[in-house]
Amino acid sequence: MAEGSLTATAAAPGVAAGSRRPRRALDLRYQPGFGTVAICCVLLLYAPILVLTVFSFNGGSSVTRWGGFGLGWYAKALQDEGFHDAALTTLKISITATIVSTLVATAAALATTRTRRWPGQTATFIVINLPLMVPEIVTAVASLSFFALLASVAHLNFGLGNLMLVHTVFCIPFAYMPIRARLEDMDLTLEQAAADLYATPWQTFKRVTLPLLMPGITAGAALAFIVSFDDFTITQLVAGPGQMTLPLFIWNRTRVPLTPEINAMSTILLGVSVIFVTVSFLIARRRRD
Amino acid sequence: MAAAAEATPTNQRVAEAQALMRRRWLRARWGLSAPAVLIILLFGILPLMIMVVYSFLEAGEYGGVNWKLSTDAYVSFLFQRDIFDGTLTFSPDYLIIFLRSIIFALATTVICLLLGFPTAYFMATRPPSQRTLWVFLITIPFWSNLLVRTIAVMITIRDEGLINDFLLWLGLIDKPIVMLYTNFAIMLGLLYSFLPFMVLPLYASIEKMDFRLVEAGFDLYATRGRVLRRIIIPLAKPGIIAGCLLVFIPAIGAYVTPLILGGGKHLIIGDLIALQFGSSRNWPLGSAQALILMVGVLIALLFYVRTTTGKAQALHG
Repeated sequence: MAEGSLTATAAAPGVAAGSRRPRRALDLRYQPGFGTVAICCVLLLYAPILVLTVFSFNGGSSVTRWGGFGLGWYAKALQDEGFHDAALTTLKISITATIVSTLVATAAALATTRTRRWPGQTATFIVINLPLMVPEIVTAVASLSFFALLASVAHLNFGLGNLMLVHTVFCIPFAYMPIRARLEDMDLTLEQAAADLYATPWQTFKRVTLPLLMPGITAGAALAFIVSFDDFTITQLVAGPGQMTLPLFIWNRTRVPLTPEINAMSTILLGVSVIFVTVSFLIARRRRD
Repeated sequence: MAAAAEATPTNQRVAEAQALMRRRWLRARWGLSAPAVLIILLFGILPLMIMVVYSFLEAGEYGGVNWKLSTDAYVSFLFQRDIFDGTLTFSPDYLIIFLRSIIFALATTVICLLLGFPTAYFMATRPPSQRTLWVFLITIPFWSNLLVRTIAVMITIRDEGLINDFLLWLGLIDKPIVMLYTNFAIMLGLLYSFLPFMVLPLYASIEKMDFRLVEAGFDLYATRGRVLRRIIIPLAKPGIIAGCLLVFIPAIGAYVTPLILGGGKHLIIGDLIALQFGSSRNWPLGSAQALILMVGVLIALLFYVRTTTGKAQALHG
């Protein structure tokens, strides 16, 4: 952001390729060794994932000894009926949680950005951020206690609904963040023009606010989906018998002798994360440009 | 914007439209924020309160609770009751696990900061086009499946994993180094899990930094090290605090890491709590432990709110 006179030196990479040292000496932002640490961090973050991914294409049966290229483990994973059921359960939960959390987060974001500060705004803001501040394991056992109590006292058991509710709760802050950010950047004059031209509140919202807000909503929904899709801790503790999501399924597979099938399944899950993060990232980028 | 200008017909219309829109949102705001707030209160906060109540009840024989008031959970957190004469003796087992977790979480935070700060600084000083790529590279692991990433670490460091195979092949060792299910594995796992949580907030604050101050520092004959210590680090402080918190809180309650990499041998708070709700069947004790963890986290958060003014900005920055 701070585009001072310094950018002149920093923004000319490779121009003075032959004279690396002098350029560094002039670059006031340069700190020795920081680049090396940065590259080490990225290597640390990616090395295990790369190992996992590479060996998912292993023709042999070891998770870290190469036995030639093969797609056999993907075929095996995709034909596994347990994997199918788990995928279906995961999608049911994640899609429900995504839709509900995105809807209520959009409404809340509108309520907390469109008027001057009001008491309810601060309260809403705090409540929406609360799920982020509670450690996952605490949320997990609290929800477990809650649903156990509902089941024993009121004989209420929503089945998969239990998981959907818990997921919705922790998805709301993730959906809320990008929507709110988008609303704060939005130009209010277009809405005012619509109102001035006798559009009803609903028409103004549908024709002006919503289309402008759509990138924020998409980014929020993508994040909510990925957070729900990937959740392990809370799901594992709250899930009733027979409720198996993909992360739970993969975890169960780590307790039997490992085969590259687990690499294949894990890579599929990583792929889903990468796709959704990329979508969310690109949308957020486009907003800033 | 037009409010201060003179009352031309156009300005008046703009003002009217602005007032109209404001009135509409004023009317709708309670109703719009209600669903999100209600869902979180009912299914997020109420369970926490039930957990508090559970921590003051008696443990049921097969899990769950008996509705009898009792402080057993808190007493047994510190003391062990003799099964024969019921006398209490001090037993620091749980306390030690909590202390271990705090040490693990603090060490994770410090190492993440030591690695994350140079990384974030390096990212923020790249030309804008490269910055996007770097941020993307850190964002991917940030949002990727924690379980899968932890499994990736497990298959890399286990006895017949890639690292040991490589060292054996080099001939540096003649039998595998046991890394999995050790303290080292948990430490590595925590570091690996939460490093992106440190880098991103740090990057956000360094990127916003006014580098003219750095220039001024050099102008006044400061060395690089001095500029770093006296200008850059103080300016990045909000990011440092936010990053430390974003690492410390999930690290102290980590569950996946000890589960996959600790193998149940080296308990930390996360699996200790889960254990009470699982095979130990002592829900009140688990609730009490979770509550103690929660209180610890709240203290850390209060500290954070006190040390930063723009707390909302850090959360949504």
